[in-house]
Amino acid sequence: MRYLLTLIGEEGGREDDMTPEQWRAAMDPWNDYNRQVLDAGVFVAGDGLHPSSTATTVRLAESGDQTVTDGPFAETKEQLGGFYVLECVDLDEALDWAKKVPIRPGGAVEVRPAMDFSEFGYLDPYAEAASAR
Amino acid sequence: MATLIRLLGDFDLAEEAVQEAFAVAMERWPSAGVPANPGAWILTTARNAAIDRLRRERRLAEKRELLGRELELEEKEAEVDDFPDDRLRLIFTCCHPALAPEARVALTLRSLGGLTTPEIARAFLVAESAMAQRIVRAKRKIRAAGIPYVVPEGHELPDRLASVLAVLYLVFNEGYSASSGDSLVRRELCAEAIRLGGVLAALMPDESEVLGLLALMLLQDSRRDARVDGAGEMVLLEDQNRELWDGGEIEAGLQLCRRALALAPAGRYALQAAIAAEHARAAEPSATDWARIAAMYGVLEMAHPSPVVALNRAAAVAMAEGPERGLELIDELVSEGRLNAYYPLHTARADLLRRADHAAEALEAYRGALALATNDVERAFVERRLRELGGG
Repeated sequence: MRYLLTLIGEEGGREDDMTPEQWRAAMDPWNDYNRQVLDAGVFVAGDGLHPSSTATTVRLAESGDQTVTDGPFAETKEQLGGFYVLECVDLDEALDWAKKVPIRPGGAVEVRPAMDFSEFGYLDPYAEAASAR
Repeated sequence: MATLIRLLGDFDLAEEAVQEAFAVAMERWPSAGVPANPGAWILTTARNAAIDRLRRERRLAEKRELLGRELELEEKEAEVDDFPDDRLRLIFTCCHPALAPEARVALTLRSLGGLTTPEIARAFLVAESAMAQRIVRAKRKIRAAGIPYVVPEGHELPDRLASVLAVLYLVFNEGYSASSGDSLVRRELCAEAIRLGGVLAALMPDESEVLGLLALMLLQDSRRDARVDGAGEMVLLEDQNRELWDGGEIEAGLQLCRRALALAPAGRYALQAAIAAEHARAAEPSATDWARIAAMYGVLEMAHPSPVVALNRAAAVAMAEGPERGLELIDELVSEGRLNAYYPLHTARADLLRRADHAAEALEAYRGALALATNDVERAFVERRLRELGGG
């Protein structure tokens, strides 16, 4: 089964004035985690995202009008900071990986099962993309 | 029809579903009457029929996959079969932390206790429809989120324990005071809860709460034969023939209670077991140490505040300090309003009013209790009290 892990937490925004040591201390755990999910063969996709101030949101109104605005979907203290898509046997395995994500204290990892469209006879984009490569 | 095709995006499916809906209408409308909006009724019924069909087809595909997975699972279980009890394994699975606590308990009662949804709803003091939805949602999540049907690993066991204990105690309680039907005590449910509690205690002999819960259930169960008289009417603790109490269960319960308390800090079950032990030790009602019981309820209420514990404390205080003092505490609970649909609140209040010689108010309270009684034994008990007070 495929699971989406969304990493949610307060945004740091102090990356600019980090010393090289601080940068390494912040980044090494993520590098380790990436290495672990790759070695375990569960990694499908994943990214760390730039701060939500760099986001642009496209909205579709009930009327059908589209608008483009600066900023994230919701202006909240806690923001989506990154994500992983992992292929796991079951929820227990997904939760084990979620517990290992090196988020900062106060953060959270939401684990959601992904729908498998191929079950309904539709295209499986993951399989298609893999075979295209 | 067009609406349905738009909704379903499939002409054949829509056509078949409408046919099915008309067939149901032909069957139901002659006896149940034509609904206010027949068109809307047909649409809804057809839509539901189509959804059912889609689900069936999907399930067929899933079943094939599941079969493969189950075979795999059986192989794994054969390797690490250190859990001797299948039902216990299922309890732990139903109590997965990814499910809401209420859903865990409800689901376990459905799949292990064999309870109906209305019974579970009453045990939780929630509406039947809400409970049905809770169970459906939990089952859906188990399937969609891929919650495995496997034995939790060693490091996960403690986390799941609290919920498992709550489940066992609810199963026991449902058997101890069945909320519907004419049998107050459903032995098999109590026996099942005690049996599962025993298996758990053997597996986790150093968990105070596991021992505490088992002790509590045994001590309560020991009074079973004395709780109902020959005519099937409920007998209050103070009026029970203590000769009928099960000495073997009391002895086992007291021993477990001592072991549980030695593994301090005492949790909610160990404390409740200690309270039950006070009753078990008293050879006659007058020998009961009510002040001590009231104090233990006080500790329990501080650690685990709940209106039901508060009600029990009020009853104990009434015994230790007089009915007027108990009534004060109960009236506080009444004003909070959370327990107003709870039958025991009204019988307890009525009983204290009766003891305090407020006959008219007692009558009124008993009538309130009668309206909330959910089984024949409870009803018979209240009716007898009403007759005694000359209000039957």
